[in-house]
Amino acid sequence: MTGSANGAVVTAREVKRRFGEGGTAVDALRGVSLDVARGKLTAVMGPSGSGKSTLMHILAGLDRPTSGEVTIDGTSITQLGDNELTKLRREHIGFVFQFFNLLPMLTAEENVTLPLSIAGEKPEKGWVDGLLDKIGIADRRTHRPAELSGGQQQRVAIARALVTKPTVVFADEPTGNLDSKTSGEILELLRDSVDSLGQTTVMVTHEARAAAFADRILFLDDGLIVKDMGRADAHDVTQAMEELAAQ
Amino acid sequence: MTSVALRALWGRKLRTFLTAFAIVLGVATVSGTYVLTDSIKSAFNSIFQSVYRNTDAVVTGRSAVSPDATNNLPSFDQSLLAKVRALPGVAAAIGGVGGSAQLIDSHGKVIRFGGAPNLGFSVDPNEARFNSLVLVQGKWPANGEVVVDRGTASKKHLVIGDPIRVQVEGPAERLRISGLVKFNASISIGGATLAGFDLPTAQRLFAKPGRLDDIRVAAKDGVTQAELIREIRGALPPSTVVRSGTAEAKAQAKGTTTFLNFLQSFLLAFGGLALFVGSFVIANSLSITIAQRTREFATLRTIGASRRQILRTVLLESTVMSVIASVSGLFIGLGLAKGLFWLFDKVGFTLPNTGLLFKPRTVIVALVVGIAVTIVASLRPALRATRVPPIAAVREGSVLPPGRFARYRGLGSGSLATLGFALIAIGLFASGLSTTAILVFMGFGALLIFLGVGLFSANLVTPLAAVIGGPGARVGGAAGVLARENAQRNPQRTGSTAAALMIGLALVTLVAMLAAGIKHSFNQAVDKLWTTDYAITAQNNFEPIPTEIAAPLRRAPGVAAVVGVRSGEARYLGGKHQLSAMDPGGSKVFSLDWTAGSQPVMDRLGTTGAFTDKDFAKKHHLHVGSTVQVLVPDGSRPTFRILGIFDPPAGGSPFGSLTIGGAAYDRHYTQPHDNFIFVSIRGGVSPSNTRVLEHALAGYPNAKISDRAKFKHDQASGLNAILNILYVLLALSVIVSLFGIVNTLVLTVFERTRELGMLRAIGMTRRQVRRMIRYESVITALIGATIGIGLGIALAVLLIARIDFITIAWPITSLVAFVIAAVIAGMLAAILPARRAARLNVLEALQYE
Repeated sequence: MTGSANGAVVTAREVKRRFGEGGTAVDALRGVSLDVARGKLTAVMGPSGSGKSTLMHILAGLDRPTSGEVTIDGTSITQLGDNELTKLRREHIGFVFQFFNLLPMLTAEENVTLPLSIAGEKPEKGWVDGLLDKIGIADRRTHRPAELSGGQQQRVAIARALVTKPTVVFADEPTGNLDSKTSGEILELLRDSVDSLGQTTVMVTHEARAAAFADRILFLDDGLIVKDMGRADAHDVTQAMEELAAQ
Repeated sequence: MTSVALRALWGRKLRTFLTAFAIVLGVATVSGTYVLTDSIKSAFNSIFQSVYRNTDAVVTGRSAVSPDATNNLPSFDQSLLAKVRALPGVAAAIGGVGGSAQLIDSHGKVIRFGGAPNLGFSVDPNEARFNSLVLVQGKWPANGEVVVDRGTASKKHLVIGDPIRVQVEGPAERLRISGLVKFNASISIGGATLAGFDLPTAQRLFAKPGRLDDIRVAAKDGVTQAELIREIRGALPPSTVVRSGTAEAKAQAKGTTTFLNFLQSFLLAFGGLALFVGSFVIANSLSITIAQRTREFATLRTIGASRRQILRTVLLESTVMSVIASVSGLFIGLGLAKGLFWLFDKVGFTLPNTGLLFKPRTVIVALVVGIAVTIVASLRPALRATRVPPIAAVREGSVLPPGRFARYRGLGSGSLATLGFALIAIGLFASGLSTTAILVFMGFGALLIFLGVGLFSANLVTPLAAVIGGPGARVGGAAGVLARENAQRNPQRTGSTAAALMIGLALVTLVAMLAAGIKHSFNQAVDKLWTTDYAITAQNNFEPIPTEIAAPLRRAPGVAAVVGVRSGEARYLGGKHQLSAMDPGGSKVFSLDWTAGSQPVMDRLGTTGAFTDKDFAKKHHLHVGSTVQVLVPDGSRPTFRILGIFDPPAGGSPFGSLTIGGAAYDRHYTQPHDNFIFVSIRGGVSPSNTRVLEHALAGYPNAKISDRAKFKHDQASGLNAILNILYVLLALSVIVSLFGIVNTLVLTVFERTRELGMLRAIGMTRRQVRRMIRYESVITALIGATIGIGLGIALAVLLIARIDFITIAWPITSLVAFVIAAVIAGMLAAILPARRAARLNVLEALQYE
């Protein structure tokens, strides 16, 4: 894997995104530039409507910016066609969703290995077993999503994101649909995947407690990055949020 | 990915089943049709082969008009039999006489089972090698005796020694049952009745004294069939035909084979129709399912699935479904054929049967058609699935993006329908098209119309639902209003669901319109032409009756005129035509519109006069005074002079293109039979006059006396039977479309789980939920009915405009019945979905994600 000169695996330069046209046009992003460092957990914070989700969609190649450029692992992705984006997702990107998005008819293990079989690869048994074990669902591998709790489902989803050893994992409000105890466990898990596997992760969240698990916190407001913090506890994050809201 | 597809199918068992059922029914019809018709065909072939077993050569009379014909042939003198027997290559030969013969039961009624034939023929027990009958009880018949088949005997409780009346050509004759027989091979001959006589009795009954219908010949050892046939041909006059036994069996079977081939294509057309409707159901169900799986497809895209993989997954799902559906359909079709044999047997119309025939062709066609239709129908939904963007995985309530051509949908579907109508119009009105070309234009046109109107119906849903849903919204309260809104909220979905029903109803309406038109114009024609009191026909309304039945009628007191009308094949003016003939006195029983000549022409035909109709006269430049030379079956070529030209009513007339005098006709046609005999009697129709005629016809139980009303009714009964068969067959495609409605509603209920939970939470009762679903279903069905009936009427008007002998008539009762049937169908279709919706657990529904 080759990174860009400064070691960033995901970069954004002057990314703007406008929805709609004319008088009803909304500028969701108004010129965002950032670098996501390898092996770190980066949180994107912001109130709803701040543009944080749009930013993540664009960073992950799900949406195209109106202008600006995004690179993943040194490749500019803003002009890629559907087939190239598909290839990019297979090799470089893992997703964790707010609503888990597991396939209901597949077992936990099948859900986890699905990205490999889609890419036509054979799962490495040792790696998959280790992953399931690490994620804590080894004893639930034959269960279907309907038979799992929300936290367990999100664990399966995280394992699915990690299984291809992607360059970067994007987590979109990963605890948005979970109670606080389970949220803590899921965040620990994400943290652990960064620490023990060196998995670069970008997490979008509006919860201070979740952001407190990150190595770096970017605050977004009204389509712009308004603050860039290093590691902070939940209290500091909340305070930073309140300061921003007061401005 | 393969397992994703298979698991997806398995995970949606009910939906898969309902969708697949649309194909199962169509394939079952196709395979059932093949099995049924193949089996009947093979049964007939075995019957004819068995009849001509051990027969090396068959001699029959020859029709100069149709040299290849195998029935209604002239008989020949029995002296030919001695000539044949004397030939050196001949080991044995027997002469026979046979045809249609009615057995009369103890109540004086003709014994018949359904529409099966009543056969009578001579048997010669001394030449066992030619005998296809086996005596199961009693003795072979002597003079004045008859053997009957044991099936008829047991059904009618006939025992040996019983007297039984048999009507053939003359008055019914009382014979004694000498024995019971069965058909040689292990073949069920169906509902046919068999009566075997010795030769002199048969000749007397069939009014062929000293004459034979056929001679069967066995060759001596060492003489080949070809040698034998050559030898016989050399010895016999050219008015006879000599064929090998196998050729004769084949020729005899050809008539039934032709009919069965027609029946096969006819039934297959309905199977195809059911599959066509099924393709709508499949396309619609898949579209809905795929819309509901938007997030699933988007998720697959985010974890690396390509568009091609999504396409493959969806197509694999439908392929697997189609294979399962087609294989089930194939075997259900087998059961269907078995069931039909059983059903026909139960209603007294046993079909000939030598066991079910399951040909490889049946398997191949049924599977290929079922699978192909499903895959084609699923292509468009599958392509739409590939256009689900990955970002839909993270968006709440993502919907499928509209197709690339969605904008052109209204215009495109309108053009399709217009093109379809244009093709039908070309097929109907363009001159000089071959029958095949006409059928291709019409079939393809109908296909385009259904596709076009089906796609266009989405644009009609909103206004139609507003009108149709009106009463429900008024009386049904909130449930009624919501039902209407629900029907309107996805017009495309409601439109395609209704479209499937539309096709069936359009065809049902078309058929009803045509039938009403035919009946109406026929009745008008009878009212126009018929100026007499009574008509005599066969009991089954269509079989010609012996002309000698007229004799006792003429002798009856008060009878003023008895006019038989008969017809037969002849060649004149460059083609084969129906030559008809009438007895003198026609002016007293018919009133024709004469464009040349006048009423008395009918009485002055004599042996050289003829009249023709306006169109035929125009086509062949005939006018009063023209002469026409006619080739008749006996080979002679009499000439007739045109005395008059008449203009037949739209509904037709009992006359062929040329009508001659009865006496002239009887000179050239052996054993002439009347299609109808019309009787004029002093005092007109009255119970006492009816009794007078009944008394006169006491010896002819097969003759039926009708006044005008009964005549019209009975002649239309055949049409009614056909109409009912058509309705049953069309019901098949209506049933398929009902499954479409059920499926759409089930999917809709599933999709609206959360909404239904909300409605229940704010106080909607289960009853109201059920009512809401039921109303929506009825609205959908009525939209289909409205468009379908409208389209059916449009097609009927177009067809009737082209067909001269049908006038427009409005089958109001039938149309109202169709609308009511649609309402009931809508209610039936709603039962399962409504129950599911009502059973919903409110708490779970609201938590659903």
